[in-house]
Amino acid sequence: METFLGLDYPTWWFLVVGGLFSGYAILDGFDFGAGAWHLFLKKENSRRIALNAVGPVWDGNEVWLVIGGGALFAGFPVMYATMFSSLYVPFMLFLLFIIFRAISIEFRGKEPMLWWRKLWDVCYSISSIMLAFLLGVVLGNVLQGIAIGENYQYQGGVLFEFLNPYALMTGFTTLSLFMAHGAIFLLLKTEGRLFAKLTRLLKRGMIFFMVSFAVTTLYTLIYIPHLSDDFKNNPSLFIIPLLTFLSIANVPRLAEKRKYKWAFLFSSLTIAFLLVLVAVELYPVLLRSTIDPMYNIDIYNAASSTKSLQIMMVIVAIGTPLVLFYTIFVYKTFWGKVKLDETSY
Amino acid sequence: MFPFLLLKDKTLSMETEILARIQFAFTVAFHYIYPPLSIGIGLLLVIFESIYIRTKNETYHKLARFWTKIFALTFGIGVVTGIVMEFEFGTNWAVYSRYVGDVFGSALAAEGIFAFALESGFLGILLFGWNRVKPWVHLVSTIGVFLGSMFSAIWIVVANSWQQTPAGFHIVGEGMDARAEITDFWAMVFNPSSVDRLTHVWLGAFLAGAFLVLSVHAYYLIKGKYVEVSKKAFKIALVVATVFSLGQLFTGHQSADGVAENQPAKLAALEGHFEASAPADMYILGWVDKENQEVSGIKVPGGLSFLLDYDFDAPVTGLNAFPEDERPSQINAVFQFYHIMVAIGMALIFLTLFASFLWWRGKLFDKKWLLWIFVFAVFLPQIANQVGWFAAEMGRQPWVVYGLLRTNEAFSQAVSDNQIMFSLILFFLVYALLFALFIYLLHKKIKHGPYEESESDDTPFGGTLTHMIN
Repeated sequence: METFLGLDYPTWWFLVVGGLFSGYAILDGFDFGAGAWHLFLKKENSRRIALNAVGPVWDGNEVWLVIGGGALFAGFPVMYATMFSSLYVPFMLFLLFIIFRAISIEFRGKEPMLWWRKLWDVCYSISSIMLAFLLGVVLGNVLQGIAIGENYQYQGGVLFEFLNPYALMTGFTTLSLFMAHGAIFLLLKTEGRLFAKLTRLLKRGMIFFMVSFAVTTLYTLIYIPHLSDDFKNNPSLFIIPLLTFLSIANVPRLAEKRKYKWAFLFSSLTIAFLLVLVAVELYPVLLRSTIDPMYNIDIYNAASSTKSLQIMMVIVAIGTPLVLFYTIFVYKTFWGKVKLDETSY
Repeated sequence: MFPFLLLKDKTLSMETEILARIQFAFTVAFHYIYPPLSIGIGLLLVIFESIYIRTKNETYHKLARFWTKIFALTFGIGVVTGIVMEFEFGTNWAVYSRYVGDVFGSALAAEGIFAFALESGFLGILLFGWNRVKPWVHLVSTIGVFLGSMFSAIWIVVANSWQQTPAGFHIVGEGMDARAEITDFWAMVFNPSSVDRLTHVWLGAFLAGAFLVLSVHAYYLIKGKYVEVSKKAFKIALVVATVFSLGQLFTGHQSADGVAENQPAKLAALEGHFEASAPADMYILGWVDKENQEVSGIKVPGGLSFLLDYDFDAPVTGLNAFPEDERPSQINAVFQFYHIMVAIGMALIFLTLFASFLWWRGKLFDKKWLLWIFVFAVFLPQIANQVGWFAAEMGRQPWVVYGLLRTNEAFSQAVSDNQIMFSLILFFLVYALLFALFIYLLHKKIKHGPYEESESDDTPFGGTLTHMIN
């Protein structure tokens, strides 16, 4: 197999997709997380400020999902096809909530009646919670493996099989992770009493995350041994969980010191490290078959041709610096506390 | 082509296929209301803002800001309904995704990196950056968003055109592992139909946007509101609409030529031409009787032959030249959709030329009835865009990738018809709500108008409340 800088092309593309998913999780993560706290904020003005903190960026953040999904489709079409058709119900629910969330954001501010705003606040918050949760559920199913048989065909149950105990755990872990992340983002964007309230919420969010994460980790180690095999066989990889734990521990430390910018950085890093952990646990498998390992989908049997991957690498190499340039430019433009003005939601 | 894929239970596979097709058709038709509007309004935003920067005339600033709000609306709905489309490739068309992924991959990667990222990156500045960046930086952002939307049209039309006229690939593997792999990137990008179809799509999008601008400002003119602003906007949009209505004649003709060359079965269906090889008529109006292989209606004898070969007697390949299972089954539908599109195209040319003529005579805004026509003409390009795609996609049947992969072999085998029924009902409900939202917000923004009047604080998002508190 052809290689580039010592790695084969499917591995390179695995890194690209992983990078895009990490970017997506960090970006839409704070935005879902902020939405999940919405009902905890009681005052109309607080809710407006919280909504406007994500106002200029939520649309753009969701584009990362389109790009990440596109990259998966492009590089690993077999994985894309099998994963999406096997997990039909959670993906359809995800679509439902992502549309509901957009509707809520747009509808909320359009009428002054309190019942109107409360209605859309509830929709917005529940959609945000469900989106974060469903992402975790999908991840849990991928980590655990699903019933793939011959010809990459899914042979499991079609309705609620995706809601298994492990998927629920990863669902809650993802939700809590995003909530802590979102609370820190909101802290960067708010002042005064709302800020004070959010510092209290952040503490709850972090406790929620620590508990969910601990339970999920224990369950993984005990019941899903295949996920820790790589680490047992190659002890040097322990650096990754170690860094992950340090990064996680650093978030409350920095929050305590009121260094919220750094806390946000480390909470973003935490998300990235957790995904690196997932990637190492899986690699080179993408989707494990619970029927027989011979039906596993891995980066080799799922990949597009080397030629196709090479073309895409060129495109990514040209495009990424451009994307980074204007993403940073946009975030710089909107840096700082939210001031409600005529263009606000 | 893939007998191994045929399910034992034929009825189940039929239902699953039909439901998957209905769901895709419904969601993509709904989606396609919005991206053309974003592209078209985007073009006008660039024009308005450029004039503002050159002339410093506040009117154009107001126009740009007003239409930015409507752009935000169409863009937002375009993004969420677009995510649905991408997911559906995987959820409902898994076999298709495995088959085309290698070829589509590079087009999709390019779309993501060059188009979506550009659009979404600059969108925040376009919408919320008016007071945060210098005017020229804002203009650059507007252009960035507009170009992004143009680029995304490129890649998605390239991908679709590859399904119509595959090129730059070879088939690797057999049975379930068979798939198209890319051999030549540029041959894939410039497959025989890409350029013709892309220009046709772009112009259709410009018209969708221009006619929305014409409609709204015609309405203001009738009501005697925002008159000066509206006259300016109307004239600019009229120029855009006239130029591109005429342009559609050429791009449409190019497309039809291409279809004749590359997809003869589709062309034959467009005009209901059955005889295997005979001079073909062109219908202005008609009805296809598939059983008796007859078309009744008003026709130009030999018209299609003439359009293709400049000879009324030139033979054109008809549907009977193809085996029954290699031609579209819904011939009358394809015929009707195509003819509605052509009729609307002609109507738009007539309407815009007539209005331009009145403008030249200095009487553009004198005729109230003409303004009323423009108010309702907003539906015409929308309908033309929709039926044009219906004709293109139904005319491609029974293939999902022309000549290579059949639609009835391309859907997800792992998904049951019950699941699709569930998601289809879900989409009906959610899209009904989404469409209600769109109409409601559009109405609200139009009612509010482009001026920032002193008693209202013109907060597009939730300003009423601040106003009440104050």
